[in-house]
Amino acid sequence: MTRWSWHRLVLWSTLLLFAVFFLTPLYVMVATSLKDMAQVRNGHLLSLPTDPTLASWAKAWGTACTGIDCGGLKPFFLNSVAMVLPAVVVSTSIGAVNGYVLSKWRFRGSETLFAMLLFGVFMPMQVVLLPMSQVLGWLGLASSIWGLILVHIIAGLPSTTLFFRNYYVAVPDELVKAATIDGAGFWQIFWRIVLPLSTPIMMVTLIWQFTNIWNDFLYGVVFSGADSKPVTVGLNNLANTSSSVKEYNVDMAAALIAGLPTLIVYVLAGKYFVRGLTAGAVKG
Amino acid sequence: MHQKGWLPKLVVAPSFVVGLAFIYGLMAWNGYLSVSASRLLPNYEFVGLEQYLRLWESERFRVALTNMAIFGGLFIGGAMAIGMLLAVLLDQKIRAEGVLRTVYLYPMALSFIVTGTAWKWILNPGLGLEATMHRWGWDSFSFEWLIDPDRAIYCIVIAGIWQSAGFVMALFLAGLRGIDDSIIKAAQMDGASLPRIYWRIVLPSLRPVVFSTLMIVSHLAIKSFDLVVALTAGGPGFSTDLPATFMYAMSFSRGQIGQGAAAATVMLAMIAAIVVPYLYSELRTKK
Repeated sequence: MTRWSWHRLVLWSTLLLFAVFFLTPLYVMVATSLKDMAQVRNGHLLSLPTDPTLASWAKAWGTACTGIDCGGLKPFFLNSVAMVLPAVVVSTSIGAVNGYVLSKWRFRGSETLFAMLLFGVFMPMQVVLLPMSQVLGWLGLASSIWGLILVHIIAGLPSTTLFFRNYYVAVPDELVKAATIDGAGFWQIFWRIVLPLSTPIMMVTLIWQFTNIWNDFLYGVVFSGADSKPVTVGLNNLANTSSSVKEYNVDMAAALIAGLPTLIVYVLAGKYFVRGLTAGAVKG
Repeated sequence: MHQKGWLPKLVVAPSFVVGLAFIYGLMAWNGYLSVSASRLLPNYEFVGLEQYLRLWESERFRVALTNMAIFGGLFIGGAMAIGMLLAVLLDQKIRAEGVLRTVYLYPMALSFIVTGTAWKWILNPGLGLEATMHRWGWDSFSFEWLIDPDRAIYCIVIAGIWQSAGFVMALFLAGLRGIDDSIIKAAQMDGASLPRIYWRIVLPSLRPVVFSTLMIVSHLAIKSFDLVVALTAGGPGFSTDLPATFMYAMSFSRGQIGQGAAAATVMLAMIAAIVVPYLYSELRTKK
Protein backbone atom coordinates (compact mmCIF):
# COMPACT_ATOMS: atom_id res chain seq x y z
CA MET A 1 0.00 0.00 0.00
CA THR A 2 1.95 3.02 -1.24
CA ARG A 3 -0.55 5.53 0.13
CA TRP A 4 -0.08 4.11 3.57
CA SER A 5 3.71 4.28 3.46
CA TRP A 6 3.51 7.86 2.18
CA HIS A 7 1.44 8.68 5.26
CA ARG A 8 4.00 7.05 7.46
CA LEU A 9 6.80 9.03 5.81
CA VAL A 10 5.13 12.37 6.56
CA LEU A 11 4.29 11.21 10.06
CA TRP A 12 7.82 10.11 10.85
CA SER A 13 9.47 13.18 9.30
CA THR A 14 7.29 15.48 11.38
CA LEU A 15 8.00 13.53 14.56
CA LEU A 16 11.74 13.46 13.90
CA LEU A 17 11.83 17.14 12.97
CA PHE A 18 10.34 18.01 16.34
CA ALA A 19 12.71 15.61 18.08
CA VAL A 20 15.58 17.56 16.50
CA PHE A 21 14.01 20.86 17.64
CA PHE A 22 13.77 19.63 21.22
CA LEU A 23 17.18 17.97 21.34
CA THR A 24 19.29 20.63 19.61
CA PRO A 25 19.51 23.01 22.60
CA LEU A 26 20.70 20.14 24.81
CA TYR A 27 23.28 19.16 22.21
CA VAL A 28 24.44 22.77 21.90
CA MET A 29 24.78 23.05 25.68
CA VAL A 30 26.83 19.87 25.98
CA ALA A 31 28.99 20.60 22.92
CA THR A 32 29.69 24.20 23.95
CA SER A 33 30.51 23.19 27.51
CA LEU A 34 33.23 20.85 26.21
CA LYS A 35 34.97 23.49 24.09
CA ASP A 36 37.52 26.10 25.07
CA MET A 37 36.83 29.69 24.03
CA ALA A 38 39.04 29.40 20.93
CA GLN A 39 36.90 26.49 19.72
CA VAL A 40 33.74 28.41 20.59
CA ARG A 41 34.85 31.35 18.49
CA ASN A 42 36.23 29.35 15.56
CA GLY A 43 33.49 26.76 15.46
CA HIS A 44 29.74 27.22 15.48
CA LEU A 45 26.81 26.09 17.62
CA LEU A 46 26.55 22.64 16.11
CA SER A 47 30.23 21.90 15.52
CA LEU A 48 31.67 19.08 17.58
CA PRO A 49 34.38 20.04 20.06
CA THR A 50 37.67 19.38 18.23
CA ASP A 51 39.55 18.99 21.48
CA PRO A 52 37.04 18.19 24.26
CA THR A 53 37.93 19.50 27.69
CA LEU A 54 36.19 19.57 31.05
CA ALA A 55 37.90 22.82 32.00
CA SER A 56 34.68 24.87 31.77
CA TRP A 57 32.88 22.37 33.99
CA ALA A 58 35.61 22.73 36.60
CA LYS A 59 35.47 26.48 36.32
CA ALA A 60 31.67 26.63 36.48
CA TRP A 61 31.70 24.43 39.58
CA GLY A 62 34.57 25.99 41.50
CA THR A 63 35.98 29.32 40.29
CA ALA A 64 33.58 31.16 37.96
CA CYS A 65 32.46 34.61 39.11
CA THR A 66 28.85 35.19 40.14
CA GLY A 67 28.97 38.91 40.72
CA ILE A 68 31.75 39.84 43.12
CA ASP A 69 32.27 36.31 44.45
CA CYS A 70 34.32 33.91 42.37
CA GLY A 71 33.62 30.55 43.96
CA GLY A 72 31.62 29.00 41.14
CA LEU A 73 28.24 27.32 41.48
CA LYS A 74 29.30 24.95 44.24
CA PRO A 75 28.05 26.97 47.26
CA PHE A 76 24.74 27.65 45.49
CA PHE A 77 24.34 24.01 44.57
CA LEU A 78 24.92 22.96 48.18
CA ASN A 79 22.37 25.53 49.35
CA SER A 80 19.83 24.05 46.97
CA VAL A 81 20.52 20.55 48.31
CA ALA A 82 20.15 21.74 51.91
CA MET A 83 16.92 23.52 50.99
CA VAL A 84 15.28 20.93 48.80
CA LEU A 85 15.60 17.87 51.05
CA PRO A 86 13.72 19.11 54.15
CA ALA A 87 11.23 21.10 52.08
CA VAL A 88 10.30 18.09 49.93
CA VAL A 89 10.06 15.63 52.83
CA VAL A 90 7.98 17.89 55.08
CA SER A 91 5.59 19.17 52.40
CA THR A 92 5.02 15.64 51.11
CA SER A 93 4.37 14.22 54.59
CA ILE A 94 1.87 16.93 55.47
CA GLY A 95 0.20 16.48 52.08
CA ALA A 96 -0.21 12.75 52.74
CA VAL A 97 -1.91 13.28 56.10
CA ASN A 98 -4.09 16.09 54.74
CA GLY A 99 -5.12 13.99 51.77
CA TYR A 100 -5.97 11.10 54.09
CA VAL A 101 -8.25 13.28 56.22
CA LEU A 102 -9.88 15.00 53.22
CA SER A 103 -10.77 11.68 51.61
CA LYS A 104 -11.41 9.27 54.50
CA TRP A 105 -12.26 11.48 57.49
CA ARG A 106 -14.26 14.25 55.90
CA PHE A 107 -15.96 16.67 58.22
CA ARG A 108 -18.44 19.47 57.73
CA GLY A 109 -16.76 22.11 55.62
CA SER A 110 -13.73 20.03 54.68
CA GLU A 111 -14.58 20.17 50.97
CA THR A 112 -14.89 23.94 51.10
CA LEU A 113 -11.57 24.24 52.89
CA PHE A 114 -10.02 22.02 50.25
CA ALA A 115 -11.43 24.16 47.43
CA MET A 116 -10.04 27.27 49.11
CA LEU A 117 -6.64 25.66 49.47
CA LEU A 118 -6.73 24.62 45.83
CA PHE A 119 -6.52 28.21 44.66
CA GLY A 120 -3.01 28.18 46.13
CA VAL A 121 -1.92 25.84 43.34
CA PHE A 122 -2.61 28.51 40.75
CA MET A 123 -2.27 31.89 42.45
CA PRO A 124 0.55 34.15 41.26
CA MET A 125 3.15 34.10 44.00
CA GLN A 126 3.91 37.75 43.34
CA VAL A 127 0.95 38.41 45.60
CA VAL A 128 2.70 36.99 48.66
CA LEU A 129 6.24 38.26 48.05
CA LEU A 130 6.01 41.63 49.77
CA PRO A 131 4.05 40.58 52.88
CA MET A 132 6.03 37.36 53.21
CA SER A 133 9.36 39.18 53.34
CA GLN A 134 7.93 41.12 56.28
CA VAL A 135 6.69 37.94 57.99
CA LEU A 136 10.06 36.23 57.55
CA GLY A 137 11.67 39.30 59.08
CA TRP A 138 9.44 39.04 62.16
CA LEU A 139 10.20 35.35 62.49
CA GLY A 140 13.91 36.12 62.28
CA LEU A 141 14.18 33.99 59.14
CA ALA A 142 14.80 36.72 56.57
CA SER A 143 17.66 35.97 54.18
CA SER A 144 18.16 32.52 55.66
CA ILE A 145 17.85 29.07 54.18
CA TRP A 146 15.26 28.24 56.86
CA GLY A 147 13.04 31.02 55.60
CA LEU A 148 13.25 29.60 52.09
CA ILE A 149 12.47 26.11 53.36
CA LEU A 150 9.44 27.41 55.25
CA VAL A 151 8.09 29.24 52.20
CA HIS A 152 8.56 26.19 49.98
CA ILE A 153 6.77 23.95 52.48
CA ILE A 154 3.76 26.26 52.77
CA ALA A 155 3.60 27.04 49.07
CA GLY A 156 3.79 23.31 48.27
CA LEU A 157 0.94 22.29 50.59
CA PRO A 158 -1.91 22.90 48.13
CA SER A 159 -0.37 20.65 45.46
CA THR A 160 0.73 17.87 47.79
CA THR A 161 -2.67 17.86 49.52
CA LEU A 162 -4.39 17.76 46.12
CA PHE A 163 -2.26 14.86 44.87
CA PHE A 164 -2.82 12.66 47.92
CA ARG A 165 -6.49 13.50 48.31
CA ASN A 166 -7.28 12.59 44.71
CA TYR A 167 -5.35 9.37 45.05
CA TYR A 168 -6.94 8.33 48.34
CA VAL A 169 -10.45 9.04 47.04
CA ALA A 170 -9.96 5.97 44.84
CA VAL A 171 -9.00 3.79 47.81
CA PRO A 172 -12.18 1.87 48.79
CA ASP A 173 -13.89 3.25 51.89
CA GLU A 174 -14.72 -0.34 52.89
CA LEU A 175 -11.10 -0.93 53.79
CA VAL A 176 -11.25 1.89 56.31
CA LYS A 177 -14.69 0.84 57.59
CA ALA A 178 -13.59 -2.74 58.13
CA ALA A 179 -10.52 -1.58 60.00
CA THR A 180 -12.62 0.74 62.17
CA ILE A 181 -14.89 -2.15 63.10
CA ASP A 182 -11.81 -4.14 64.06
CA GLY A 183 -10.99 -1.32 66.45
CA ALA A 184 -8.18 0.36 64.48
CA GLY A 185 -7.80 4.08 65.13
CA PHE A 186 -7.03 7.07 62.92
CA TRP A 187 -3.26 6.65 62.92
CA GLN A 188 -3.30 2.86 62.82
CA ILE A 189 -5.40 2.92 59.65
CA PHE A 190 -3.08 5.48 58.14
CA TRP A 191 0.13 3.57 58.91
CA ARG A 192 -1.10 0.02 58.36
CA ILE A 193 -3.57 0.37 55.49
CA VAL A 194 -3.39 3.67 53.64
CA LEU A 195 0.33 4.38 53.63
CA PRO A 196 1.40 0.96 52.28
CA LEU A 197 -0.91 1.61 49.30
CA SER A 198 0.65 5.01 48.63
CA THR A 199 3.95 4.23 46.91
CA PRO A 200 2.93 5.49 43.44
CA ILE A 201 1.50 8.80 44.63
CA MET A 202 4.38 9.19 47.05
CA MET A 203 6.81 8.94 44.13
CA VAL A 204 4.76 11.38 42.06
CA THR A 205 4.61 13.93 44.86
CA LEU A 206 8.27 13.61 45.87
CA ILE A 207 9.38 14.07 42.28
CA TRP A 208 6.95 16.91 41.65
CA GLN A 209 8.06 18.78 44.76
CA PHE A 210 11.73 18.09 44.11
CA THR A 211 11.51 19.43 40.55
CA ASN A 212 9.53 22.50 41.53
CA ILE A 213 11.64 23.47 44.50
CA TRP A 214 14.96 22.75 42.81
CA ASN A 215 13.89 24.81 39.78
CA ASP A 216 12.37 27.70 41.74
CA PHE A 217 13.87 31.08 41.07
CA LEU A 218 11.30 33.58 42.35
CA TYR A 219 11.45 32.72 46.07
CA GLY A 220 15.18 32.11 45.78
CA VAL A 221 15.89 35.56 44.43
CA VAL A 222 13.50 37.38 46.79
CA PHE A 223 13.92 35.62 50.14
CA SER A 224 17.54 34.45 50.17
CA GLY A 225 20.53 36.28 51.59
CA ALA A 226 24.16 36.32 50.53
CA ASP A 227 24.83 32.84 51.95
CA SER A 228 21.57 31.10 51.14
CA LYS A 229 21.05 31.63 47.41
CA PRO A 230 19.87 28.52 45.52
CA VAL A 231 21.51 27.23 42.35
CA THR A 232 19.05 28.92 39.97
CA VAL A 233 19.99 32.32 41.38
CA GLY A 234 23.68 31.35 41.21
CA LEU A 235 23.34 30.35 37.57
CA ASN A 236 21.54 33.54 36.66
CA ASN A 237 24.19 35.63 38.40
CA LEU A 238 26.95 33.68 36.70
CA ALA A 239 25.44 33.96 33.24
CA ASN A 240 24.64 37.65 33.64
CA THR A 241 27.89 38.77 35.25
CA SER A 242 29.32 41.32 32.92
CA SER A 243 33.00 40.62 32.50
CA SER A 244 35.35 41.69 29.73
CA VAL A 245 35.29 38.26 28.11
CA LYS A 246 31.99 36.37 28.03
CA GLU A 247 32.68 32.68 28.51
CA TYR A 248 29.75 30.89 26.93
CA ASN A 249 31.32 27.50 27.50
CA VAL A 250 31.35 28.14 31.27
CA ASP A 251 27.74 29.40 31.11
CA MET A 252 26.65 26.19 29.39
CA ALA A 253 28.54 23.98 31.85
CA ALA A 254 26.90 25.89 34.71
CA ALA A 255 23.46 25.53 33.13
CA LEU A 256 24.00 21.79 32.80
CA ILE A 257 25.18 21.51 36.41
CA ALA A 258 22.07 23.37 37.59
CA GLY A 259 19.80 21.23 35.39
CA LEU A 260 21.41 17.85 35.95
CA PRO A 261 19.65 16.77 39.18
CA THR A 262 16.15 17.23 37.76
CA LEU A 263 17.19 15.75 34.40
CA ILE A 264 18.53 12.65 36.14
CA VAL A 265 15.31 12.29 38.13
CA TYR A 266 13.35 12.69 34.91
CA VAL A 267 15.35 10.04 33.07
CA LEU A 268 15.19 7.56 35.99
CA ALA A 269 11.58 8.14 36.98
CA GLY A 270 9.97 9.84 33.99
CA LYS A 271 6.81 7.79 34.40
CA TYR A 272 6.08 9.35 37.79
CA PHE A 273 7.09 12.79 36.56
CA VAL A 274 4.53 12.63 33.75
CA ARG A 275 1.86 11.41 36.15
CA GLY A 276 2.54 14.39 38.39
CA LEU A 277 2.10 16.76 35.46
CA THR A 278 -1.20 15.22 34.49
CA ALA A 279 -2.43 14.78 38.07
CA GLY A 280 -2.68 18.54 38.48
CA ALA A 281 -4.99 18.77 35.50
CA VAL A 282 -7.13 15.67 35.73
CA LYS A 283 -8.95 15.89 39.01
CA GLY A 284 -10.66 12.97 40.70
CA MET B 1 -17.17 9.20 53.93
CA HIS B 2 -18.03 11.29 56.96
CA GLN B 3 -16.65 10.56 60.40
CA LYS B 4 -17.07 12.05 63.79
CA GLY B 5 -14.30 12.91 66.18
CA TRP B 6 -11.91 15.72 66.77
CA LEU B 7 -8.65 14.00 65.88
CA PRO B 8 -8.82 14.40 62.07
CA LYS B 9 -9.72 18.09 62.43
CA LEU B 10 -6.93 18.64 64.89
CA VAL B 11 -4.45 16.93 62.57
CA VAL B 12 -5.20 19.12 59.56
CA ALA B 13 -5.82 22.30 61.51
CA PRO B 14 -2.23 23.64 61.73
CA SER B 15 -1.38 23.19 58.07
CA PHE B 16 -4.76 24.52 56.93
CA VAL B 17 -4.54 27.56 59.17
CA VAL B 18 -1.01 28.33 57.98
CA GLY B 19 -1.81 27.50 54.35
CA LEU B 20 -4.99 29.58 54.17
CA ALA B 21 -3.36 32.45 56.06
CA PHE B 22 -0.50 32.29 53.56
CA ILE B 23 -2.85 32.40 50.60
CA TYR B 24 -5.68 34.70 51.70
CA GLY B 25 -4.05 36.60 54.55
CA LEU B 26 -1.06 37.65 52.51
CA MET B 27 -3.27 38.28 49.50
CA ALA B 28 -5.33 40.75 51.53
CA TRP B 29 -2.21 42.30 53.01
CA ASN B 30 -0.79 42.76 49.52
CA GLY B 31 -4.10 44.27 48.49
CA TYR B 32 -3.80 46.73 51.33
CA LEU B 33 -0.24 47.63 50.33
CA SER B 34 -1.56 48.38 46.84
CA VAL B 35 -3.85 51.11 48.19
CA SER B 36 -1.20 52.53 50.52
CA ALA B 37 1.44 55.19 49.99
CA SER B 38 4.29 52.62 50.30
CA ARG B 39 7.48 53.41 48.46
CA LEU B 40 10.86 52.20 49.69
CA LEU B 41 9.29 50.91 52.91
CA PRO B 42 5.74 49.84 53.67
CA ASN B 43 3.71 52.89 54.67
CA TYR B 44 0.14 52.17 55.61
CA GLU B 45 -1.28 55.60 54.83
CA PHE B 46 -4.39 54.99 52.72
CA VAL B 47 -4.27 56.63 49.30
CA GLY B 48 -7.18 54.93 47.55
CA LEU B 49 -6.61 53.89 43.97
CA GLU B 50 -3.68 56.23 43.40
CA GLN B 51 -1.21 53.37 42.87
CA TYR B 52 -3.48 51.85 40.23
CA LEU B 53 -3.85 55.20 38.47
CA ARG B 54 -0.09 55.61 38.41
CA LEU B 55 0.21 52.06 37.13
CA TRP B 56 -2.21 52.83 34.34
CA GLU B 57 -0.26 55.94 33.38
CA SER B 58 3.11 54.22 33.58
CA GLU B 59 4.53 53.58 30.14
CA ARG B 60 6.58 50.70 31.46
CA PHE B 61 3.52 48.89 32.80
CA ARG B 62 1.72 49.43 29.54
CA VAL B 63 4.66 47.83 27.73
CA ALA B 64 4.46 44.95 30.19
CA LEU B 65 0.75 44.46 29.47
CA THR B 66 1.26 44.66 25.71
CA ASN B 67 4.05 42.09 26.00
CA MET B 68 1.77 39.95 28.12
CA ALA B 69 -0.77 39.95 25.28
CA ILE B 70 1.84 39.19 22.59
CA PHE B 71 3.68 36.60 24.62
CA GLY B 72 0.50 35.09 26.04
CA GLY B 73 -1.20 34.76 22.66
CA LEU B 74 1.76 33.29 20.81
CA PHE B 75 3.03 31.12 23.65
CA ILE B 76 -0.38 29.65 24.46
CA GLY B 77 -1.29 29.22 20.80
CA GLY B 78 2.09 27.76 19.85
CA ALA B 79 2.38 25.37 22.77
CA MET B 80 -1.21 24.16 22.34
CA ALA B 81 -0.88 23.68 18.56
CA ILE B 82 2.47 21.87 18.70
CA GLY B 83 1.49 19.84 21.74
CA MET B 84 -1.79 18.70 20.19
CA LEU B 85 -0.13 17.89 16.87
CA LEU B 86 2.54 15.79 18.57
CA ALA B 87 -0.03 13.98 20.70
CA VAL B 88 -2.15 13.07 17.67
CA LEU B 89 0.91 11.92 15.71
CA LEU B 90 2.21 9.87 18.63
CA ASP B 91 -1.20 8.25 18.93
CA GLN B 92 -0.74 6.56 15.50
CA LYS B 93 0.85 3.41 16.95
CA ILE B 94 4.41 4.66 16.70
CA ARG B 95 6.97 2.04 17.57
CA ALA B 96 9.41 4.41 19.32
CA GLU B 97 6.68 6.29 21.17
CA GLY B 98 8.34 6.01 24.58
CA VAL B 99 11.64 7.46 23.36
CA LEU B 100 9.98 10.30 21.44
CA ARG B 101 7.77 11.17 24.40
CA THR B 102 10.81 11.37 26.63
CA VAL B 103 12.53 13.65 24.11
CA TYR B 104 9.55 15.98 23.74
CA LEU B 105 9.00 16.31 27.45
CA TYR B 106 12.47 16.58 28.97
CA PRO B 107 12.61 20.42 28.75
CA MET B 108 9.82 20.45 31.34
CA ALA B 109 12.26 19.00 33.87
CA LEU B 110 14.60 21.98 33.42
CA SER B 111 14.16 25.28 35.18
CA PHE B 112 13.30 28.37 33.16
CA ILE B 113 16.65 29.79 34.22
CA VAL B 114 18.48 26.88 32.56
CA THR B 115 16.26 27.18 29.48
CA GLY B 116 16.81 30.92 29.31
CA THR B 117 20.58 30.59 29.68
CA ALA B 118 20.72 28.00 26.90
CA TRP B 119 18.55 29.97 24.48
CA LYS B 120 20.40 33.18 25.24
CA TRP B 121 23.51 31.51 23.89
CA ILE B 122 21.75 29.95 20.89
CA LEU B 123 20.12 33.24 19.91
CA ASN B 124 23.27 35.24 20.63
CA PRO B 125 23.48 37.83 17.84
CA GLY B 126 27.23 37.56 17.26
CA LEU B 127 28.19 33.96 17.93
CA GLY B 128 24.98 31.93 18.00
CA LEU B 129 22.62 30.99 15.22
CA GLU B 130 23.84 33.82 13.03
CA ALA B 131 27.48 32.70 13.07
CA THR B 132 26.36 29.12 12.46
CA MET B 133 24.49 30.13 9.31
CA HIS B 134 27.46 32.23 8.14
CA ARG B 135 29.75 29.20 8.58
CA TRP B 136 27.37 27.19 6.45
CA GLY B 137 27.66 29.76 3.68
CA TRP B 138 24.48 31.81 4.23
CA ASP B 139 26.38 35.07 4.58
CA SER B 140 23.43 37.43 4.47
CA PHE B 141 21.67 35.65 7.35
CA SER B 142 21.03 38.06 10.16
CA PHE B 143 19.39 37.26 13.46
CA GLU B 144 19.52 39.96 16.08
CA TRP B 145 16.11 39.61 17.66
CA LEU B 146 17.56 39.25 21.15
CA ILE B 147 18.89 42.83 21.11
CA ASP B 148 16.07 44.31 19.04
CA PRO B 149 13.51 46.00 21.33
CA ASP B 150 10.70 45.16 18.91
CA ARG B 151 11.64 41.53 18.43
CA ALA B 152 13.19 40.35 21.70
CA ILE B 153 9.80 39.31 23.07
CA TYR B 154 9.56 36.70 20.28
CA CYS B 155 12.75 35.09 21.56
CA ILE B 156 10.99 34.55 24.86
CA VAL B 157 8.05 33.02 22.99
CA ILE B 158 10.37 30.55 21.21
CA ALA B 159 12.10 29.45 24.41
CA GLY B 160 8.77 29.24 26.24
CA ILE B 161 7.21 27.02 23.59
CA TRP B 162 10.32 24.83 23.55
CA GLN B 163 9.92 24.31 27.28
CA SER B 164 6.16 23.75 27.49
CA ALA B 165 4.93 22.12 24.24
CA GLY B 166 5.82 18.66 25.55
CA PHE B 167 3.66 19.28 28.59
CA VAL B 168 0.63 19.96 26.41
CA MET B 169 1.49 16.81 24.46
CA ALA B 170 1.54 14.74 27.66
CA LEU B 171 -1.86 16.02 28.79
CA PHE B 172 -3.43 15.39 25.38
CA LEU B 173 -1.91 11.98 24.99
CA ALA B 174 -3.37 11.02 28.35
CA GLY B 175 -6.74 12.32 27.11
CA LEU B 176 -6.50 10.49 23.78
CA ARG B 177 -5.72 7.23 25.55
CA GLY B 178 -8.93 7.62 27.53
CA ILE B 179 -11.12 7.64 24.43
CA ASP B 180 -13.11 4.54 23.62
CA ASP B 181 -11.52 2.87 20.57
CA SER B 182 -14.81 1.44 19.37
CA ILE B 183 -16.18 4.88 18.41
CA ILE B 184 -13.17 5.48 16.18
CA LYS B 185 -13.37 1.99 14.71
CA ALA B 186 -17.05 2.51 13.90
CA ALA B 187 -16.30 5.80 12.16
CA GLN B 188 -13.54 4.12 10.18
CA MET B 189 -15.97 1.42 9.07
CA ASP B 190 -18.25 4.17 7.80
CA GLY B 191 -15.38 5.34 5.64
CA ALA B 192 -14.46 8.54 7.47
CA SER B 193 -10.89 9.71 6.86
CA LEU B 194 -8.47 9.90 9.74
CA PRO B 195 -8.13 13.73 9.88
CA ARG B 196 -11.91 13.94 9.76
CA ILE B 197 -12.28 11.46 12.60
CA TYR B 198 -9.89 13.48 14.74
CA TRP B 199 -11.50 16.80 13.93
CA ARG B 200 -15.13 15.70 14.25
CA ILE B 201 -15.07 12.96 16.88
CA VAL B 202 -11.86 12.86 18.89
CA LEU B 203 -11.28 16.57 19.49
CA PRO B 204 -14.85 17.34 20.64
CA SER B 205 -14.73 14.49 23.14
CA LEU B 206 -11.45 15.92 24.44
CA ARG B 207 -13.08 19.22 25.30
CA PRO B 208 -12.47 18.92 29.08
CA VAL B 209 -8.79 18.20 28.42
CA VAL B 210 -8.57 21.18 26.05
CA PHE B 211 -10.04 23.42 28.71
CA SER B 212 -7.86 22.30 31.57
CA THR B 213 -4.72 22.40 29.41
CA LEU B 214 -5.60 25.87 28.17
CA MET B 215 -6.16 26.96 31.76
CA ILE B 216 -2.83 25.58 32.94
CA VAL B 217 -0.82 27.00 30.04
CA SER B 218 -2.50 30.42 30.40
CA HIS B 219 -1.72 30.63 34.08
CA LEU B 220 1.88 29.67 33.34
CA ALA B 221 2.01 32.49 30.80
CA ILE B 222 0.73 35.07 33.28
CA LYS B 223 3.20 33.92 35.92
CA SER B 224 6.20 33.98 33.51
CA PHE B 225 9.13 35.56 35.25
CA ASP B 226 12.30 33.45 35.36
CA LEU B 227 12.45 32.95 31.60
CA VAL B 228 12.47 36.69 30.94
CA VAL B 229 15.03 37.32 33.67
CA ALA B 230 17.41 34.70 32.29
CA LEU B 231 16.93 35.46 28.60
CA THR B 232 16.72 39.25 28.40
CA ALA B 233 16.44 40.55 31.98
CA GLY B 234 13.51 42.57 30.66
CA GLY B 235 15.69 44.37 28.12
CA PRO B 236 16.73 45.94 25.90
CA GLY B 237 15.59 48.80 28.15
CA PHE B 238 12.31 47.47 29.48
CA SER B 239 11.06 46.27 26.11
CA THR B 240 10.50 42.66 27.26
CA ASP B 241 9.04 43.39 30.67
CA LEU B 242 6.07 41.28 31.72
CA PRO B 243 3.84 42.11 34.70
CA ALA B 244 5.87 39.70 36.87
CA THR B 245 9.23 41.30 36.05
CA PHE B 246 7.67 44.75 36.43
CA MET B 247 6.40 43.76 39.86
CA TYR B 248 9.84 42.50 40.87
CA ALA B 249 11.65 45.59 39.60
CA MET B 250 9.27 47.99 41.36
CA SER B 251 9.21 46.07 44.66
CA PHE B 252 12.81 45.06 45.08
CA SER B 253 15.04 47.36 43.08
CA ARG B 254 13.17 50.59 42.36
CA GLY B 255 11.79 51.18 45.88
CA GLN B 256 8.17 51.41 44.67
CA ILE B 257 6.46 48.87 46.91
CA GLY B 258 2.99 50.33 46.29
CA GLN B 259 3.44 49.97 42.54
CA GLY B 260 4.73 46.42 42.97
CA ALA B 261 1.76 45.47 45.14
CA ALA B 262 -0.67 46.98 42.64
CA ALA B 263 0.96 45.10 39.75
CA ALA B 264 0.75 41.86 41.77
CA THR B 265 -2.96 42.49 42.33
CA VAL B 266 -3.48 42.99 38.60
CA MET B 267 -1.77 39.62 38.00
CA LEU B 268 -3.98 38.04 40.64
CA ALA B 269 -7.07 39.41 38.91
CA MET B 270 -5.93 37.98 35.56
CA ILE B 271 -5.31 34.54 37.05
CA ALA B 272 -8.54 34.58 39.06
CA ALA B 273 -10.49 35.40 35.90
CA ILE B 274 -9.19 32.18 34.36
CA VAL B 275 -8.92 29.85 37.34
CA VAL B 276 -11.97 30.59 39.46
CA PRO B 277 -14.56 29.59 36.81
CA TYR B 278 -12.48 26.51 36.07
CA LEU B 279 -12.19 25.42 39.70
CA TYR B 280 -15.87 26.16 40.22
CA SER B 281 -17.03 23.99 37.34
CA GLU B 282 -14.47 21.30 38.21
CA LEU B 283 -15.62 21.02 41.81
CA ARG B 284 -19.30 21.31 40.96
CA THR B 285 -19.42 18.61 38.28
CA LYS B 286 -17.79 16.18 40.68
CA LYS B 287 -20.75 16.11 43.01
